[in-house]
Amino acid sequence: MPDPSRTTAAAPGPRTQGPDGHPPLLEVRGVTKTFGSGRRRLTALDGVDLRLGRGETLGLVGESGCGKSTLARVLLGLERPDAGTVRYDGVDPFALRGKELLAWRRRVQMVFQDPFASLNARMSAAELIGEPWRTHRDVVPDARAREKRIRELLSLVGLRDSDAHRHPNEFSGGQRQRIGIARALALDPDVIVCDEPVSALDLSVQAQVLNVLSELRSRLGVAYVFISHDLSVVRYISDRVTVMYLGKVIEHGATEDVFEQPRHPYTAALMSAAPVLDTSRSGEDREIRLQGEIPSPFDIPSGCRFRTRCPRAEDRCAAEAPPAVVRDGAGGGDAHTALCHFPLEAGTAWA
Amino acid sequence: MTTTPAPPATEPALAVEGLCVDLSTVSGTVRAVDGVSFSVRRGRTLALLGESGCGKSMTALSVVGLLDPAAEVTAGAVRVRGQDTLRMSAAERRKLAGPVLSIVFQDALTALNPVQPVGRQIGEPFRIHRGLSRRQAEEKAIELMTRVGIPEPRQRAKSYPHQFSGGMRQRLLIAMAVALDPDVLIADEPTTALDVTVQAQIMRLLRDLQHERDMAVVLITHDLAVVAQRADDVVVMYAGTVVEQGPVHDVFTSPRHPYTRGLLDSVPEDAERGRPLPAVPGSPPELSAVPPGCVFQARCPMVRERCVRERPSLRGTGDGRSAACHFSEELDRA
Repeated sequence: MPDPSRTTAAAPGPRTQGPDGHPPLLEVRGVTKTFGSGRRRLTALDGVDLRLGRGETLGLVGESGCGKSTLARVLLGLERPDAGTVRYDGVDPFALRGKELLAWRRRVQMVFQDPFASLNARMSAAELIGEPWRTHRDVVPDARAREKRIRELLSLVGLRDSDAHRHPNEFSGGQRQRIGIARALALDPDVIVCDEPVSALDLSVQAQVLNVLSELRSRLGVAYVFISHDLSVVRYISDRVTVMYLGKVIEHGATEDVFEQPRHPYTAALMSAAPVLDTSRSGEDREIRLQGEIPSPFDIPSGCRFRTRCPRAEDRCAAEAPPAVVRDGAGGGDAHTALCHFPLEAGTAWA
Repeated sequence: MTTTPAPPATEPALAVEGLCVDLSTVSGTVRAVDGVSFSVRRGRTLALLGESGCGKSMTALSVVGLLDPAAEVTAGAVRVRGQDTLRMSAAERRKLAGPVLSIVFQDALTALNPVQPVGRQIGEPFRIHRGLSRRQAEEKAIELMTRVGIPEPRQRAKSYPHQFSGGMRQRLLIAMAVALDPDVLIADEPTTALDVTVQAQIMRLLRDLQHERDMAVVLITHDLAVVAQRADDVVVMYAGTVVEQGPVHDVFTSPRHPYTRGLLDSVPEDAERGRPLPAVPGSPPELSAVPPGCVFQARCPMVRERCVRERPSLRGTGDGRSAACHFSEELDRA
C-alpha cells in the first residue's frame, strides 16, 4: 500500500483506461483554448484534463471567468480546442464529419441555466421535447412511437400527460427546467452537460430538480458534467469534483476528499467563503479572506495564477508554475490532485 | 430641515405595520403584499426571506417609495422618526431618501447612471441634501470610495460604471447608500449576482459599515445561509404574507411553520449524496390564485380541512416569535 500522504512533484498522467480496461466515456487531456490574438489574447482554458465514466457525475466548480462555460462548449463539440484532445470512448469528435458527427452529437446533450430563455415560447412541451428528432430522424421514426416516447419522457421528469400541450408560459420555473431535461433525454445521450441547471430556480423547487437529475442517473445510467457555483449543490450531486481558476484545473479529486480536505488554498477559500446554514457557526472565524478579485484572463499572473490573491503566496509562486501534488484518495478512488507549491496538509491551520 | 432627530436605540428605526400592496395586471388586480408587519432597531439586521414572487422586494420598494406605478399601497403604515412616510408628500419623502432611509439594489449596473462619472454620482447626495459645491461633493465621494475599498479612488472617481467589476460596482452603490448616514439601510439581494469570494467581501463591508454608523439593516434575500450568517431576526414571506418571524437562531433551529421547515430541509448542505432531498412539492401559487384558507395549503405535508377553510393569523408565542399556522405546535414537537 502506498503511503496515503505521499506527495510527488510530477503528476502521473490521467488513467487512459477505466477500471474495466475500456477507455473512459469521456477523456479530456491538455485542452487549451484562447480567443483573440496578439496582446488581446484571452486564455479561456489552459491545459485542462478531465475524465468521466459511464453514469458518473463530475462537478465543475469555479467563479466567473474560470473557463467552465468554455469547457462546456468544448465538451459539446461547439468549440474546437487550440491544443489537447477530447475523446468519447476513444473517438475524437472533432475528426468526425457528416453522418458520423450527427450520430455523435446525439450522445452529448445540454441542460441550460435559464429555463425562461432556453425554451421557445411558441412551442408546446411535446413539440419542445420532440424537436431533437427533427434532426435525428432515425431515433424514433414513426409518429405513434414519438407520442408514446414523449409521454414516457414527461413521466420520467415528473410531468403529467396533460402537460404535453401546454406552452412554456403556463409552467413554473421548475417545470420548465423539467422540460429542458426531458428534451436533453430525448436522444438517449450518454452525457448531459448541465450548466448551472438549478441556479435560476427557487430553493424549494431546486431540490425537486436535483432529485429528478439523481433519479435519472440511477435509472438511465446517464453521466453528468455538472457546472455550478453553488458548492452545497455540487457536493450533493457529484462523485468527483474539479475546481477551476482562470482557465486551469487547480484541484481535482473524489467529492469527499476535496470537500473534507481541500489542498489548494483557493478551494479552501472558496469553501470557507460560502455561507453556511448553521447559525451557531460564525462564518467570520473560519473564513479565509481573499484579497481583491479574479485577475483579467487577458493578463494571467506569472507562476501560479492564484498567487495575487493567495494568503500563502511566497516569491517562488511568482517565479515557477506550481507542480501537481498528488495523493491517493481517502476512499481508494481517484487520486486527489492540487496545483500548488504549498498545498494544505491535513489539519493545516491558517494564518 | 424639519425632520425629527434620530430615534433612541430602544425605539425601532423602521416599523412597517399591516402593509398591503395591490398590483394591476392585464388580468385584474392582485394583492402582492398582504398585511406585512415588522420593525427593526438601529444596529440590528432583519432579513426578509422568501422565494421569487413572495413580495419581499415589493415590500422594500414600498418602504422607500419607489414602487412601480402599476403597484399601489392600499393599507398600512411605514414609520420612521415617528412619521408615517406613506402619508407624506413626494417632496417630504425625498428629504428622507439618503439621511433616513436608503437602499442598495441587486443589479449595480442598472442602478448607476452609465453616462456620469462615478465620483459625481456618489457626491450627489451631498449636493442635494447638504448643499455642498461640486468640488466639495467630489472630495466627499473620494473619501467614501476609500472607505468602501475602491483602489486609487481619486483616479477612479473619473471612471464610468462599466469600467468597474461587478464587486466594485456594488461597493460604489453601497458608498452612495451610506453617504448621508441613514438610520435604515435596505439591501435588496445585494450579493446575488456576485461570485462567492466577492460576496463574502461585500457582506463584510456591509456589516462593518453598519457597526460604524449604527444603522438598522433590512436584508432582502432568498439565501438561507446568508440569513443564518448575517441577520439577527428573520421574516419569512410566502405568497405576499408573513408566515413566520423571530430571531434567526430560534427560527432556523426549530421552525414553527411547515414552509420554513421545508425550505431548511431543501438545502443540500448536509444532505447525504444520492439520497433524495426532502423537497417541498409543487411551486408557490400565482398571486391571482392565492387560495382563501392558508396560503401554503397546496404544498403543506400536514394540511387538513381547517387549513382550507380558515386562513391562520400570525400568532405571537410570547418569546419574540410568531407563526401563521394552525398546527405549529406539532412542528415544535417533531
